Amino acid sequence: MADVKVPAQRPAFDRPLSPHLQIYRWSWTMAMSIFHRVTGVALYLGTALVVWWLVALATGPGAYETVRWAMGTLLGKLVLFGYSWALFHHMLGGLRHFVWDFGMAFERGPRMALAQGTLAGSLVLTLITWAIAYAVR
Amino acid sequence: MAQFSLPQNSKITAGKTWDKPAAAHGELAEFKVYRWDPDTGANPRVDTYYVDRGDCGPMVLDALIWIKNKVDPTLTFRRSCREGICGSCAMNIDGGNTLACTKGIDECGSGAVKIYPLPHMPVIKDLVPDLTRFYAQHASVEPWLKTETAQPEKEWRQSREDREKLDGLYECILCACCSTACPSYWWNGDKFLGPAVLLQAYRWLIDSRDEATGERLDELEDPFRLYRCHTIMNCANTCPKGLNPAKAIAEIKKMMVERRV
Repeated sequence: MADVKVPAQRPAFDRPLSPHLQIYRWSWTMAMSIFHRVTGVALYLGTALVVWWLVALATGPGAYETVRWAMGTLLGKLVLFGYSWALFHHMLGGLRHFVWDFGMAFERGPRMALAQGTLAGSLVLTLITWAIAYAVR
Repeated sequence: MAQFSLPQNSKITAGKTWDKPAAAHGELAEFKVYRWDPDTGANPRVDTYYVDRGDCGPMVLDALIWIKNKVDPTLTFRRSCREGICGSCAMNIDGGNTLACTKGIDECGSGAVKIYPLPHMPVIKDLVPDLTRFYAQHASVEPWLKTETAQPEKEWRQSREDREKLDGLYECILCACCSTACPSYWWNGDKFLGPAVLLQAYRWLIDSRDEATGERLDELEDPFRLYRCHTIMNCANTCPKGLNPAKAIAEIKKMMVERRV
C-alpha cells in the first residue's frame, strides 16, 4: 500500500467545511455509539465514587457515615441511579460490540434491534436493581 | 481533538428565497439548498426554491435540474448517469447521504426538502465537495489484482463459491456517501481510511485470485487506518446501493485476528 498522497490545491478563498453533526439525521446505532462513549466517561467518575466509599470504609465509622449521608440525599441517589444506569448501558454496549466482533447482526433489522435493545435493556436492568435494593433494605 | 462546530468561514447564513413559479402545473414542493460561491468567498447560505411538481420528474435530481433550468442557472451540482451507477450526485438529502437520482421527492418526508453537500468535506461550490483525499485514500489500498505466480495462459480462474464472496462488494460505486456519513471519518478523515475505502480493501483481501493478502493486511494494521471504525453503522444505514461497509470492516478485523492465532 502506498502512502496517501493528496495533490496541493489553490482555491482563491479557503473552502468552507460542509455541515456534518448539525444536519445529519440521528439513527439508533449512531445514538447508541455516542451513549457508549458518554457512559464510558461516566464510569470513570463513578469509579471515583466507589473509591471514596472504600476509603471511607477503611477510615472509620465517621467517614463512612458521611458517605452514607451524602449518597442518601436526593442528589446522591440521582447520581447513584445515573451511575448504575451508565454501568448497565456500557456493559450491554460492550456485549453488542462483542456480537459485532464475530461479524454477526450487521443487517439492518438486527443492528437496529441491538441498538434499541441496549437502551431498553439498560433501563430495565437499572430499574430491577433499584427495585431489589429497595425491597431488601 | 475533534471539532464539533463549524469553522468561522463555514457557518451557514440566511439565504435568498427565490420566486415561486408564475403558473404552476401541479403542487409546489419547497427545497432548501446549501449554496457557496467560491468567487465571493462569503459564508455559505441556504436558498429556498419552489419546484412545480407537475412540470418535474419524481426524483430529487429532477428537481435540482428543474431549478437549474427554470429558476437559478448558477446552482451547481455533479450529476451524470441519473440511474444510480455513476455516484456523481451523492449529497446529503433530508438528513442522510444518498444519490439524488435514486431518491424520490416523495420519500423525503413532510416540509421542505433540505439538501447539503456530503458532510464534513471541503466545498468547491454549492453541492460539489472536494473528493481529492477520498480518491487518494482509495489509490493507497492499491485496488487491483496483485499476483506472484506466472500469468496463466487465459484468464485467472475462480470457483463459483469464491466469486460469490465478492457479491456485496463489487457493486460499490465509490460515491462517498458512506465515508462522509461516518463520524469517525469526520473527526479523523486524514488518518482513518473510512468505510468506502475499507470495503474496497476487503474486496481485494477476499478475492481468491489475489496473492498479496498478507501485505494488504500489514498496511491496514494501524490504530487509525482500520481501527478508527467504532461500528457506528452510519455507513451501512446510508449506502444507496444497500451495501454493508461496516460488515466488510468487521471481516477485515476478523482476518487480522485469524492470522495471529
